[in-house]
Amino acid sequence: MPDLKKIGQAVYGWVNERLDLDPVIEHARAKTVPVHKHTFWYYWGGISLCLFLVQVVTGILLMIYYRPGPDAYASVREITYEIHFGWLIRSLHAWSANLMVAAVLVHMFSVFFMKAYQKPREFGWWTGLGLLALCMVFGFSGYLLPMDELSFFATKVGLSIPGIIPGVEPIISKIVRAGPEVNEFTLQRFFTLHVVVLPLLFIPLLAFHLFLIQKHGNALPPAERLKPAAGRKTIPFFPNFMLKDLAVWLIAINVLALLAAFYPWQLGPQADPIKPAPIGIHPEWYFMSQFELLKVVGRFLPGVSGEVAGIGLFTIGMVLWALVPLFDLETTGGRRGRAITYFGLFMLAGLVALTIFGYFDLK
Amino acid sequence: MNNPESISEPVPPLTRRAFVKAGMTVAGAAYAAALGYPLYRYLATPAERAALLAAVKEVALDGADKLPRHAALMFKFAGRPAILLHHDDDTWTALSAVCTHLGCTVQFDPEHNAIRCACHGGIYDARTGANVSGPPPKPLMAFKVQALTGKVVISRA
Repeated sequence: MPDLKKIGQAVYGWVNERLDLDPVIEHARAKTVPVHKHTFWYYWGGISLCLFLVQVVTGILLMIYYRPGPDAYASVREITYEIHFGWLIRSLHAWSANLMVAAVLVHMFSVFFMKAYQKPREFGWWTGLGLLALCMVFGFSGYLLPMDELSFFATKVGLSIPGIIPGVEPIISKIVRAGPEVNEFTLQRFFTLHVVVLPLLFIPLLAFHLFLIQKHGNALPPAERLKPAAGRKTIPFFPNFMLKDLAVWLIAINVLALLAAFYPWQLGPQADPIKPAPIGIHPEWYFMSQFELLKVVGRFLPGVSGEVAGIGLFTIGMVLWALVPLFDLETTGGRRGRAITYFGLFMLAGLVALTIFGYFDLK
Repeated sequence: MNNPESISEPVPPLTRRAFVKAGMTVAGAAYAAALGYPLYRYLATPAERAALLAAVKEVALDGADKLPRHAALMFKFAGRPAILLHHDDDTWTALSAVCTHLGCTVQFDPEHNAIRCACHGGIYDARTGANVSGPPPKPLMAFKVQALTGKVVISRA
């Protein structure tokens, strides 16, 4: 039997001579991950990445049978009911999308509370928020693709919300919706967005985000930063943390597989613009809080002014959220640092409360 | 332990490492199979459907009995192209329309009363499907034809 180790070394030597891999290996070897009582939260970025990879694979598989255009509903029907395991692939894609948004949100809040956005990691925070925004657009555009009743009306309502702002409706109608109603041109645009434009934006941004993590390493939460360097514990990234990371990925994929297998994603009746909207129609959970915020503000300020105020309030919140690295500069806590933690708790509580309230408010 | 009289080979103890390794291999293989099987079936569905269709034994062409003499009609038999010919003496022929050379679809040439393939100029006899000239290595597969009133029934010979 040939000595595999020797062959491997020879191949590595050949490549290394040309691409100079040694410094990369050296960097990976020297990389460590801090160990403390909040280490658990370091896994959530990796879980998001894992679920994104599932999205890529299942998305490609769905494209093999999905046909945008007038056949869209029929093709999703075929995938769900006729193609072997098509229901499973579709369920995996839908469930993984939802779990990914959830994992990204957990990741974002954990970064916020660990103050991991502070210098030099501001770009990590901003690229992360950009990725989250793209995830939401991925979710919104993907939701329309089956062209069943729910997806049709959810898109209809979703597109009409920003249209409330004076002057925006004609732009949405002409550029996004391609007409006064959601139609097959909307579908074709959303499809193009979902499978071409968004991946083209998402993948380089993700690559930059991951590069930054390699460059800066994991951030320490404030309490750990106060400890003397000698008192901090770490483990090597390779192989120790990576193996743990893979174990967590395995758990994530198993949870996903169980959800997809036991709660397969449903397909409603075909979209029919003439039919009234089904009772209890509501946005996906990750749009629920924004939707509910509009409703709540609308109760105090009826009419268009309420809607505009709601959108304005939401926008201000998002801008403050994005700019937090610029006004939370103290690295060791202090009064302002604490105030910002309370701001994060307020946002988290608001998000959860509005989401839950939104579901109660459906009746 | 150091008994010189013991002849039997000592059984190597199952180390923890070997046990874990074997377990991981089995679990990994099971995982790969659990992912691979649905993927394979998912991709193979259209081909499986085509194979199911290929099991068709008989096709009835409604109204094909009205086909004029010295004319041909293209139809599908088990998902693949086939050709029905009505000859001058009121006899019928049905042949596979897949050229035996490289799989192009052949056509009836009424001028020469032959079947020809446009791709590489293969020519077949219109009555028997025998390869007459050009590159085709084999005759076209012939079907059994029954011309009835109102329809023509074609079945595997």
